[in-house]
Amino acid sequence: MRTKSAFLTIAHRLAILAYIAFALFPLFWLLKVAVTPNDLLYTEGVRLWPSRASFEHFDFVLRHSAFPVFFRNSLIVSGSTAVIVTILASLSGYALSRFRFRGKYWLVTLMLLTQMFPLVMLVAPIFKILSPMGLTNSLTGLVIVYTAFNVPFATFLMQSFFDGIPKDLEEAAMIDGATQFVAFRQIILPLTLPGIAATLGFVFTAAWSELLFSLMLISGNEQATFPVGLLSFVSKFSVDFGQMMAAGVLALVPACLFFLLIQRYLVQGLTAGAVKG
Amino acid sequence: MAYAARHDGLPAIRPPLMKRIADASAPYLYSAPALILIVAVMLVPLVLGVSYAFRDIQLLNPFSGAFVGLDHFRALSQDQAFFRALSNTLWWTGASVLLQFTFGLTLALLLDKPFHGRALAQALVFLPWAVPSFLAGLNWAWLFNPVVGPLPHWLYGLGFMSQPTNILSDPQLAMWGPIVANIWWGIPFFAITLLAALQAIPRDLYEAASIDGAGPVQRFLSITLPFLAPTIAITILLRTVWISNFADLIIVMTNGGPADRTQIVASYIFTQAFKRLDFGYASAIALVLLALLLAYSLLIVILRQWLLSKD
Repeated sequence: MRTKSAFLTIAHRLAILAYIAFALFPLFWLLKVAVTPNDLLYTEGVRLWPSRASFEHFDFVLRHSAFPVFFRNSLIVSGSTAVIVTILASLSGYALSRFRFRGKYWLVTLMLLTQMFPLVMLVAPIFKILSPMGLTNSLTGLVIVYTAFNVPFATFLMQSFFDGIPKDLEEAAMIDGATQFVAFRQIILPLTLPGIAATLGFVFTAAWSELLFSLMLISGNEQATFPVGLLSFVSKFSVDFGQMMAAGVLALVPACLFFLLIQRYLVQGLTAGAVKG
Repeated sequence: MAYAARHDGLPAIRPPLMKRIADASAPYLYSAPALILIVAVMLVPLVLGVSYAFRDIQLLNPFSGAFVGLDHFRALSQDQAFFRALSNTLWWTGASVLLQFTFGLTLALLLDKPFHGRALAQALVFLPWAVPSFLAGLNWAWLFNPVVGPLPHWLYGLGFMSQPTNILSDPQLAMWGPIVANIWWGIPFFAITLLAALQAIPRDLYEAASIDGAGPVQRFLSITLPFLAPTIAITILLRTVWISNFADLIIVMTNGGPADRTQIVASYIFTQAFKRLDFGYASAIALVLLALLLAYSLLIVILRQWLLSKD
């Protein structure tokens, strides 16, 4: 019996290790090629770590390419989207959590439906609408589009966080003479700070990863976000693997930082929405 | 709400008119900004897109824009590439969902057992979820590339390949590239959702069952599975719709090639709009895709009703 349970424990740990290896290997390889100097890239193709590591690719990408611009653009777009979405979603999430009102059912249905239908359908019409307004090839246009796409999910997320806060708190404040909005801002919002952080993280990551709309709406290098820049780089200079992977590692950094921040809320958040990846 | 509390016989002091209007409109004011944005950026373009499906809209042609009736749909019914994309979509979605679910469920069951270092293991295996999808696609495309990636050499060494070539340029195998990348990227989603459901199962059920002499397999089949079933059903359904629309990995890794072997309907729509700038035709395909997805969802709802009424 004892040998059997020891065997099971070992099998369990090995299986976990296999999953970790599968999850991390591609990222490890990205880093490995990024630090491999060009002269060793082909001679040491499948070695797990180059005999000599260097940061020359990072250095090149940061100093002689447009990637710092792409990085800045992506940071602006994802950061603004995250902040605006979180503000809008706290308001609408609060409405869904605390009020009963006519049309609430339709609002929820509409928001759920936006999570189901293929966004790729909207590529052409959104381009046609934004183009005469001068919002194509502009970061503002991207922020508007991303904000709308992310508001429904963020609303459900914020609603689940508000639902976890007892109603007595703001009722007490309102008996003391505060208006509901003041109670919301000064009592409820500070209590939801962890939820706000999680929402910021989710939306930032989503905006940072978006590809199709930024490909369609952005054309020049000036306004390109990271995905667009990296893809045009790949199709233009498809031989310089070291530099591409160094750029890839840089694109990974903000997403991974946010992931570590929101990791704790992941299980709660995804079950609240359970709709979006 | 606070005024309703006065039941002491005194005539209730009616709040001033302005205050009552403000109270009644509060929920609408809270939700208005979000709603306006959703309507303007998603609903209006959706309606407009439906109208494009019946018009000749080409971005580079200033004389286009005329109403063409069902012309796009007639062209679509003759379009071999579209039907190939349709069957590729089934293959891509089926394989991705099935494998993501199988590996995700296994991972959730492994992580449900308490062990030393579980928090760290959980953070590491969930990491792919945070990787931007375009980067996941590029990363796997590089792994499959025999110049810088190890996979072709390993497959060759194990005897699966006669020589280390890139499977992404092999018409027979190319679809496996994006599918593998999708599995890697999507396992965490299933694992996270299923793990949350697993942890909601009352532990004493298992104790009671093992006192009654149920073995681990029996406990899994008669406790775990029934409890997980609703979560499994809903995540698989939603994920199926989501993955069938998920074109990022394919556009990054193969761009639909070689010879359209990896083109799915979503990437075909994007190619028509983005490369050929034919917005009318792209919208017609999108409308067909929407109809198919609606039919699928409706089928599921009917199936669910039927299963519920059978009990």
